[in-house]
Amino acid sequence: MAEVLVLVEHVDGAPKKVTFELLTLARSLGEPAAVFIGNGADNAKDKLAEYGATKIYVAGDGELDGFLVAPKAEVLAQVAQQAAPAAVLIPSTPEGKEVAARLAVKLDSGVITDAVGVEDGFVAKQSIFGGAFNVSSKVSKGTPIITVRPNSTAPEPSPAQPSEEQVSVSLSDAAKKAKVLDRITEKKGGRPELTEASIVVSGGRGLGEGKNFELIEKLADTIGAAVGASRAATDAGWYPHTNQVGQTGKTVSPQLYMAIGISGAIQHRAGMQTSKTIVAINKDPEAPIFELVDFGVVGDLFNVVPQLVDEIEKRK
Amino acid sequence: MNIVVCVKQVPDTWAEKKLSDTDKTVDRENVDGVMNELDEYAVEEALRIKEALSSSGEGGGEVTILSMGPDKAVETIRKALSMGADKAVHLVDPGLHGSDALATSYALAKALGTIEHDLVILGVESTDARMSVVPAMLAERLGAAQLTFARKVEVDGSSVKIERMTDTGYDVVEGSTPAVVSVVEKINEPRYPSFKGIMAAKKKPLTTLTLADAGIEADKVGLGGSATEVAEFSARPPKQAGQIVKDEGDGGAKLAEFLATQKFI
Ligand SMILES: Cc1cc2nc3c(=O)[nH]c(=O)nc-3n(C[C@H](O)[C@H](O)[C@H](O)COP(=O)(O)OP(=O)(O)OC[C@H]3O[C@@H](n4cnc5c(N)ncnc54)[C@H](O)[C@@H]3O)c2cc1C
Ligand SMILES: Nc1ncnc2c1ncn2[C@@H]1O[C@H](COP(=O)(O)O)[C@@H](O)[C@H]1O
Repeated sequence: MAEVLVLVEHVDGAPKKVTFELLTLARSLGEPAAVFIGNGADNAKDKLAEYGATKIYVAGDGELDGFLVAPKAEVLAQVAQQAAPAAVLIPSTPEGKEVAARLAVKLDSGVITDAVGVEDGFVAKQSIFGGAFNVSSKVSKGTPIITVRPNSTAPEPSPAQPSEEQVSVSLSDAAKKAKVLDRITEKKGGRPELTEASIVVSGGRGLGEGKNFELIEKLADTIGAAVGASRAATDAGWYPHTNQVGQTGKTVSPQLYMAIGISGAIQHRAGMQTSKTIVAINKDPEAPIFELVDFGVVGDLFNVVPQLVDEIEKRK
Repeated sequence: MNIVVCVKQVPDTWAEKKLSDTDKTVDRENVDGVMNELDEYAVEEALRIKEALSSSGEGGGEVTILSMGPDKAVETIRKALSMGADKAVHLVDPGLHGSDALATSYALAKALGTIEHDLVILGVESTDARMSVVPAMLAERLGAAQLTFARKVEVDGSSVKIERMTDTGYDVVEGSTPAVVSVVEKINEPRYPSFKGIMAAKKKPLTTLTLADAGIEADKVGLGGSATEVAEFSARPPKQAGQIVKDEGDGGAKLAEFLATQKFI
């Protein structure tokens, strides 16, 4: 069986959940081979083996981190040219999509982004136009390069004994044109990550001021959710932009999405519309968010949310 | 500094978008077209860079709009010109219909070969394709520095520095011209075209390029030259209307009840 390459998404070597999802998916399509780029591979190997990687390619050169995107595409292209894989699977994050884009040009291959599933014959399933259409697409030229959304597949362990191959890289000049001078972290820690969370609670302009995000955080912690925000809330500085949900923020697809004091503008919907269950609290019965909901409460969030938190506590 | 801004005409954000039954491409004929919202921010940023350079005595460059799309895309090009761009290039040819991202980036790169440029500015994403891949593909094809997802751009001589939005915060990234920059909506507030701008736009130079003019190989673009194909599609059945209750002092409790029946709590 041909290899299916999976680009490992990791933080200092610790693979993110989406990596296990992609390995699980790759197992159903061919021989899952993980490609680890960056430092800390030793922290990753056991986990990659647990989720069924039969081979791990490691490119750990320190120089790779100093430049934007291009080096990753170059390493992947090098591995792909050598391994002639059946396909390459990459997490559908903003950076993952850019890696896929450059790889597609290098391999002169088709690329499909934002897949929510991949079936036999590398048919990618997508949900487009805000969920209005389901599309099946195929790559008709070169090696299929498919970026897959986090939360699309349930990760299942299937231990394997992977072989390991060191990839020696010598970056081309073209890969060193965008130099990373600094990486700044603004994120608030301690809660599940937005794109991986099974529940997301988001707040919008209806909260009135930044301090009131405490209400959203309280609800989120009660129910084990990640916290999201509308653009109105991030632009006002009430919550970090890293938590923005929508067209220019994150795309989330949790089991449950709770929109609180959010009107449901089309750019916001673009990032949450494929959530499995959607609920909203809004004092305006005409708010467009109610078109999407499974359950909606028309009311003042300052009354409804505290009561909701109490009720959830009671049921615990 | 010469700047090219790539703008795309897309179906109006609020219009119902459709796929064509005959060739499974986005139906662009039967809906109103507008400039891709994020590309307005790209045009604005180009104008601001040009204005800043000319007020510091380093002016002289031009802002050129580049758009690939059917005849109708001229409306979008005019809008960009009326915002203040100097001239435009419209890449239009029946052979381009149905181009995917790989083909589009190839065609745009070829067209860019006919325009002098130090900077290419794009929106991060188009609202119809929603792929966010054309900017990175262009950087790869042009061998230019990729400075994408910018919420801030600083130009200093031939050095370009951006703040790139990331999952966890932002990166400071630097490169030299020629560079490809893509922008997010946090970067600026696009201007509205003035009446004077609209009138002036009618007289600004607009060059039309065909495949042959740009040296584009016909078998690398269009439906036939694309590397992906839509096998099938179906409209998702409309979602069942949800239950909506008015808070009579029990809204939180009712919501909790719903969440309990759905086993979330
Ligand atoms: C290029 C571009 C990209 C964009 N990208 C994004 C994006 O990624 N994400 C995003 O979210 N937006 C995005 N936007 C902005 C989007 O168009 C909306 O402006 C934004 O989503 C509105 O945020 P909101 O719903 O919080 O605010 P509003 O639209 O002002 O809605 C606030 C809601 O709160 C309700 N409310 C007020 N007080 C209360 C109360 N006490 N109790 C209950 N309800 C209350 C109101 O009835 C109202 O419905 C983008 C816009 C552009 C042009
Ligand atoms: N046909 C086109 N003509 C000009 N620019 C385009 C075209 N398609 C995409 N772009 C540019 O590429 C950006 C990203 O588009 P996409 O990768 O399709 O999401 C857009 O915001 C535009 O700036």
